[in-house]
Amino acid sequence: MTLDKTKKGQTVIIKRIPDEHTRIQAIRFGLSEGSVVTCREILPAGPVIVVKNKREIAIGRNLARAISVEPY
Amino acid sequence: MERARIPAGGKKIVLAGNPNVGKSVFFNILTGSYVDVSNYPGTTLEMACGRYRGDVVIDTPGVYGISSYNEEEKITRDIVLSADIVINIVDAANLERDLFLTLQLMDMGVPAVVALNMVDEAIQRGFKINVSLLEKFLGVPVVPTVAVRNIGMNELKRKIYFARPGNIEPLLLKEVKKVSPPADRREALLILEGDAELSERYCLQPGKEREKIYRSRREMANRIVAQTVRETGKRENFAARLGRWMIIPVTGFPILLIALWLIYELIGVLLAGHIVQFTENVMKQAYEPAVRSLLGGIVPPGSVFDTVLAGRYGLLTATATYLIGLLLPLVLGIFLALSILEDTGYLPRIATLTDRVLAGMGLNGQAVIPFILGFGCVTMACISTRLLSSDRERRIAIFLLALGIPCSAQMAVNVAVIASMGFTYMLLFFLFLFTVLLGAGVVLGRLLPGGTTPLLIELPPLRLPIPQNIIKKASLKSYYFIKEALPLFAGGMLFMSLLDAAGLLQGLRSLLVPVTVGWLHLPAEIADIFIMGLIRKEFGAAAILSLNMSHLQNFVALITLTLTVPCIASTMVVFKERGVSEGLVIWIIVFSLAFFIGGVVARILEVFDMPGSLRAPVLAVLIIVALAGLVFAAGKLQGKNAG
Repeated sequence: MTLDKTKKGQTVIIKRIPDEHTRIQAIRFGLSEGSVVTCREILPAGPVIVVKNKREIAIGRNLARAISVEPY
Repeated sequence: MERARIPAGGKKIVLAGNPNVGKSVFFNILTGSYVDVSNYPGTTLEMACGRYRGDVVIDTPGVYGISSYNEEEKITRDIVLSADIVINIVDAANLERDLFLTLQLMDMGVPAVVALNMVDEAIQRGFKINVSLLEKFLGVPVVPTVAVRNIGMNELKRKIYFARPGNIEPLLLKEVKKVSPPADRREALLILEGDAELSERYCLQPGKEREKIYRSRREMANRIVAQTVRETGKRENFAARLGRWMIIPVTGFPILLIALWLIYELIGVLLAGHIVQFTENVMKQAYEPAVRSLLGGIVPPGSVFDTVLAGRYGLLTATATYLIGLLLPLVLGIFLALSILEDTGYLPRIATLTDRVLAGMGLNGQAVIPFILGFGCVTMACISTRLLSSDRERRIAIFLLALGIPCSAQMAVNVAVIASMGFTYMLLFFLFLFTVLLGAGVVLGRLLPGGTTPLLIELPPLRLPIPQNIIKKASLKSYYFIKEALPLFAGGMLFMSLLDAAGLLQGLRSLLVPVTVGWLHLPAEIADIFIMGLIRKEFGAAAILSLNMSHLQNFVALITLTLTVPCIASTMVVFKERGVSEGLVIWIIVFSLAFFIGGVVARILEVFDMPGSLRAPVLAVLIIVALAGLVFAAGKLQGKNAG
């Protein structure tokens, strides 16, 4: 499943982030493969907002669609 | 770096940290002067240097890590590489994120002190941090601070000179030592991490293990946080709820509208109306005559020099009035508003809210900032496109700014003229403008190669801004802007006054007759307004009304005027930001498009030349249909980019 398919309030573990550049940026940001995040909000056709350790991060819909996750 | 002169025996103290951790407040306290504090990633492009005792303090742009991914990182990298001491400022409430950079600095082996800033906020949010344990993990002094309230600063000042290189993982150190020839551990580490620029400097192959090193550093950061931070009870406060309302479309767009209306009241009504009137009067009635009479004794009136210096577009008269009387108060107001948006943490939320709309135009939500700025001053907005992450996005944004965003001066003309025509025309006008903008964006998003940089942005907690910080920051930014824009304005005005002195401006009017009369169906005198518009937009309103044209002609004139590149200064900035050849292409396309669309509108309006009460509604329906088609196309584009 991909990040954009999660439900509001669902906690997931990030399995794969494609594209090296995005992956590196995400690692610095604190999101890496293996990170556990909770979906706080999915804007209609817009970004997905996830919470990780109380930090809110907005992820563009196209990027969210490319990130593979599994229920945690 | 021209200001970074280091006194003999002095040390280079560098402030480094993630965006929005309060670096600039530290700079202010240490050096006694003020720079930028920013709540939005990537807005501190200028760096500042100051003195602390016998040493030099240098502020750096906020980054999440050190490498060469973008301009900010390169600047930060080079400053850190040359630092004697680094004060690493971390947000105590965001330790997990910030520790990545901290650990990278430790791995680089640069003598460092860590300022654990905003501990009050961390406590408020339910985090308790074991400082001495953190010190042990990192191997450098850690000082808890609340910089904005001057808490912990004396302790930090004391600890600066106890800075030392931090702990590095033995395995990584072994790898670092293998890199030769550079003896410096900082450079060796970055080369090992695959920094292409540095590797080239030493004629070495960049390392291929970047991801592995980053990943283990990330794991280390997470482990340290797990052991040093204890979470206590949590509850959602009002700020968190408000923050959420700001990004959900149902509540977010109304909140955005209210915010924009407040900004309009501040800039459009208070500043552009009352204050500019006052400052312009001062310049025109006191300053300009004084200059003229002074100049009269030196330069013969009517000579070329007189025209250039004190004529209609004179460097010493019109340019100075324009810059100080009109632009300065306006720019100050815009930066005040922007600083409030930044420091409260609202800006990234606007970007999140509008990401979806902008994605259709090949941009991501962050491009909303130049667009909002553009309604104040397009020249300034063009400069701010530097914060966009790719060249493609900067190109699209500048084109759209030049084409369809009316600056406050243009807006004043539009409102003044349309107000005489009724509300339906007003609605029609903005609907039409929005359609053109969206259409151009969708076409550019499709035509230009490459994809949209995805949005990945942090939503910092909402904070109440501190008034002194806002004021100081806005004045500093205005100063930088005026400094940058001054030669561009002066150059543009000089060009116009040379044309004027050579009598070429009059010739242009007859030259433009085929376009103005033949294509746009407007009186020939309209050419003067277009030419004048390049310098002073506000002259336009009175001039258009004095031509006594029909509603239809007024509408066509306004549309065309709005779609052209707003003024000579913005033209110069487009050239400066995009290079002369691309700038010229953009300028020509925008002008051709403006006149083309103006003529098409004139013809459509003439076809629908039915009783005035019916024309506007029929057109509105047509435009809405066009809009729906565009939204559909934008949706398809978004789908294409995803695939």
